[in-house]
Amino acid sequence: MAEVKLIATTDSLFCARIEWALKLKGVEYEFIEVDIRNKSPLLLKYNPVHKKVPVLVHHGKPIAESLVILEYIEETWKNNPLLPEDPYERSMARFWAQFAGDKCLWGAWEAAKLAEGEGKVKAIESTQESLAFLEKQIEGKKYFGGEQIGFLDLAVGGIPHSLSAMEEAGGVKLLDAERFPSLHKWAQNFIEVPVIKECIPPREQLLNYFNTSISYIRSLSVAKP
Amino acid sequence: MGEVKLHGTWPSAFSYRVIWSLKLKGVPYEYIEDLSNKSSLLLQLNPVHKKIPVLVHDGKPICESLIILEYIEEIWPHNPLLPTDPYERALARFWLKFAEEKCPAMWIAYRTSGEEQEKALKDTLEMLRAIEEHGLVGKKYFGGEKIGMVDIAFGQIAQWLGVIEEIVGVKLLEPQTFPRLHTWIKNFKEVPVIKENLPDRDEMLVVYKRLRERLLTSP
Repeated sequence: MAEVKLIATTDSLFCARIEWALKLKGVEYEFIEVDIRNKSPLLLKYNPVHKKVPVLVHHGKPIAESLVILEYIEETWKNNPLLPEDPYERSMARFWAQFAGDKCLWGAWEAAKLAEGEGKVKAIESTQESLAFLEKQIEGKKYFGGEQIGFLDLAVGGIPHSLSAMEEAGGVKLLDAERFPSLHKWAQNFIEVPVIKECIPPREQLLNYFNTSISYIRSLSVAKP
Repeated sequence: MGEVKLHGTWPSAFSYRVIWSLKLKGVPYEYIEDLSNKSSLLLQLNPVHKKIPVLVHDGKPICESLIILEYIEEIWPHNPLLPTDPYERALARFWLKFAEEKCPAMWIAYRTSGEEQEKALKDTLEMLRAIEEHGLVGKKYFGGEKIGMVDIAFGQIAQWLGVIEEIVGVKLLEPQTFPRLHTWIKNFKEVPVIKENLPDRDEMLVVYKRLRERLLTSP
């Protein structure tokens, strides 16, 4: 029986983050794929509050929330550290990880899912303002973590890949190479790292998911009087 | 251990999270009230979100209340607010993330009306139910026998939620439906550092009533 199990799906960047961290630290784990649409009993057992993936189960004890899992992995397997040693730098990594999720990823989703109109324009502007902050953070660096992939790289890593599929499905251009050259370069490098490439959700799957979700969401607002 | 300044606003629940943490650890600090809301100093310290609280330690600013709390925990590890065991810490951080994601609903209920408010009230109830069912089972505090970071994060439920309920005229936290939460609130407010550092409820009512009127009448 595997000591470390990862309850996950293959089309989630939140799950990919965990695989990346485990692989970078050389931790053996068992990947247990679940059907989140049908609320698998494993999810109800291991994440009763949210019923979502990923969940890491270590010695039978479950941990949910991807960034929380990353911090747990960091504290439990101390080799190849992902977070900086300095407490101030650690705060910065946590701050930007939260920012990237809230403002860049969810911001992009807002922009993608809306039909054409003022709301969509505003959402695009706001997301690009946020991406500009992230661009400044990666300027002149190989990785957010410096010379090595770190916590922030894992937190932000799946975002450009997801954004590209969201852009296509939602008819928006967000992360354009001209305006965000450093982010673009970093994203391209990051995806090519073998450990990362192995676990990144396939673009087709993401595109499918976004296309379906967006059609559904837009049909709801058309149906409203 | 270096100069500590806290930029906050009265009676912000998020400012109080930092105040409680610093006082529980006996860390001396200078409190600076951000009087003009979005002052140029604040924009300098927090250009990304332009919000309080901001902790400035040895001239270096840290933003976002829960990130500030983790920083305080690492710099001043005595009187720990997080467990030492990595698994217990992960459980605590799970609830911190939950608080960050779900507490805003009560503020949306406060700031809005109509359909938007209905949804926010529903979300707030769901949040309270989750905490009642999963967060406090068999525990005096979220932190166990002593208060910890999760108690501090949920502090807004102990005082600010009551004020919001009164202003919007909806009672959410009924003692019969939420016995564990109700007991936790009582215990939390009796902790000396919390008791001595809670904003006055009547004064809060005045401020938040006025602010809500302004919010609902502005375009």
